[in-house]
Amino acid sequence: MARHRKHIIKITSGAVIYALGIIWHPDNFYISLAIFLSAYIIIGGDVLFRAIRNIFRGEVFDENFLMSIATIGAFAIGEYTEGVAVMLFYQIGDLLQSYAVNKSRKSIAALMDIRPDYANVRRDTGDIERVDPDSLAVGDIIVIKPGERIPLDSTVIEGTSAIDTSALTGESLPRDVGAGDELLSGCININGVITARVTKEFGESTVNRILDLVENASSKKSNSENFITKFARYYTPAVVITAVLLAVLPPILIAGESFTEWIYRALIFLVISCPCALVISIPLSFFGGIGGASRQGILVKGSNYLEALASAETVVFDKTGTLTKGEFNVTSVTPHGITEDELLELVAHAEGYSSHPISQSLVKAYSGQIDLSRVSDVESIPGRGIMARVDGKQIAAGNAGLMEMLGISYHARTDGNLGTVVYVAVDMAFAGSILISDEIKQDAKKAISELRGAGVRKTVMLTGDTDVIGGRVAGELGIDKVYAGLLPDGKVARLEELIKEKSPRGKLVFIGDGINDAPVLARADIGIAMGGLGSDAAIEAADIVIMTDEPSKVASAIKISKKTLCIVKENIAIALGTKGAVLTLGAIGFASMWAAVFADVGVAIIAILNASRMLRVKTDK
Amino acid sequence: MKKTFKLDGLDCANCASKIERAIKNIDGVSSATVNFMTAKIIIEGDDSKFDNITAKMKEIVKKHEPDVVVRAV
Repeated sequence: MARHRKHIIKITSGAVIYALGIIWHPDNFYISLAIFLSAYIIIGGDVLFRAIRNIFRGEVFDENFLMSIATIGAFAIGEYTEGVAVMLFYQIGDLLQSYAVNKSRKSIAALMDIRPDYANVRRDTGDIERVDPDSLAVGDIIVIKPGERIPLDSTVIEGTSAIDTSALTGESLPRDVGAGDELLSGCININGVITARVTKEFGESTVNRILDLVENASSKKSNSENFITKFARYYTPAVVITAVLLAVLPPILIAGESFTEWIYRALIFLVISCPCALVISIPLSFFGGIGGASRQGILVKGSNYLEALASAETVVFDKTGTLTKGEFNVTSVTPHGITEDELLELVAHAEGYSSHPISQSLVKAYSGQIDLSRVSDVESIPGRGIMARVDGKQIAAGNAGLMEMLGISYHARTDGNLGTVVYVAVDMAFAGSILISDEIKQDAKKAISELRGAGVRKTVMLTGDTDVIGGRVAGELGIDKVYAGLLPDGKVARLEELIKEKSPRGKLVFIGDGINDAPVLARADIGIAMGGLGSDAAIEAADIVIMTDEPSKVASAIKISKKTLCIVKENIAIALGTKGAVLTLGAIGFASMWAAVFADVGVAIIAILNASRMLRVKTDK
Repeated sequence: MKKTFKLDGLDCANCASKIERAIKNIDGVSSATVNFMTAKIIIEGDDSKFDNITAKMKEIVKKHEPDVVVRAV
């Protein structure tokens, strides 16, 4: 910053001398020239110096050089006031630009201020010491006090508390944790003191991975950025060459045209020849967009993905774990001859030893405690179900096949196609049936309707489940198309067909849970993995990671992407439009050097201010 | 080998892209990206030539942006 202060003092004193020259307006030509020249050198001395140095280094189309030529040229044709003014505004603009860039770098750093500064480690002696999180190893014991940030991924061994995960997920509702629960670094401990065992080193911890990801995201450049860099490469030489032609040709070819007039026009070109405004505003917008998205729990792994998302045309969802919770719940109990509670109690005990998701859901549905000492003679019948003795009663629980195998007559469920049905028999007599199905996520319906609002033309669902289950979920959510009964490789094939069906410019987005669908994620134009919090595989496989398990975040991501792209396009239009207009007006003699300074510096500042709007993306907080 | 350097005081986006282009042409560099927003440069290149690459990279930065300080991270 000291560098800036010196710079400001120089520019201000130069400006004062310049103002003096204009107000006083000495009649003597030499005095006047001396005043303007000294103002010029005070203000632009460093630009001149750099220009000369860079010529020796072989950098001809360097902006310092161009500015020097433009201003020296102005002096040469007697336009002192404009010569100094151009240099003055160029320097002010440069300063403002550097200030704006610094400021946005800082506000992004603030957005991403989730890095824990320290960890309280408990030594074997029982002493608690404050250390750098980076110095801790897996297995170390840490203590997290209320208000502190969780320094490393760890497991609670003692204490309970509420955890604010909003910095990672954008989710404002705190999460309760107790012994055995996992803690993710970067979250804030709200009220209780927790003791925890470190499960991952700092480098591998969630917070560090997220920061790395977001920081490196803008290294993957967007098409607009590549276009502008390429454009910038040709723009400067083209403008400079035109300027030279403009200065020389008309006065030679057209009788009566003065060199002074055409040189002046050429100088206007030189002033506008720097493409800085464009070049600077695009990465700024994207970085702001990526930062804002991460604040909402959406990690975008590259500017290119954020850009592509704006043209999302087809959005393909995996069903289980993405639109539905991926966990099975008892949704209907139909007892036969006994009460509902009795039925659940017996089945829950019979299934008590099993870790199968269906068994787990039955255990969960039972309101009392499972007492496994009441259970004996457990026998699992592959593909059919389970037999066990509970309180001396012979329980059989399984599919229709099991009932048929045992020769028990049962009432077949009419809604059996909606999920998995467990038929139960007690002492070889039918006792009822239980329907277990996967639940649709709360925000799934909103997710689909918001996608449509965000301009997505087609929504598709892929599932390994049956047509009936798939169709029911899709119907309830308003999804356009369902492909059911798919094996993992079938999903890739389907996705390829869908890619062929869409328009060439539109993009296909696939959203999965990142566990079994890595090939599909990779094949889609943009792969989004959901529930990335704590899942390394998902973060690895996807282009965009949604930290929570809310499918509605996909629409939020598309909205952020569209807003970013809109700002980028505005900036390109403003910058190119203004420059183009001033160049044209300058060539035909209607623009002054003042207009040129505006087209150069003014536009750069407008573009930066416009881009910084991206940093003010609303968060849920 | 992949290495990241910080470019302290990088203010000019156009210079950043010029620097990136020049570094990509250094012998032995397989990829180079200048991230203007984080003022970082990531270079990937031959292990055996890396010292030379680093030296050349510093020269290039100096040439385009003499006020920028390069440091390894």
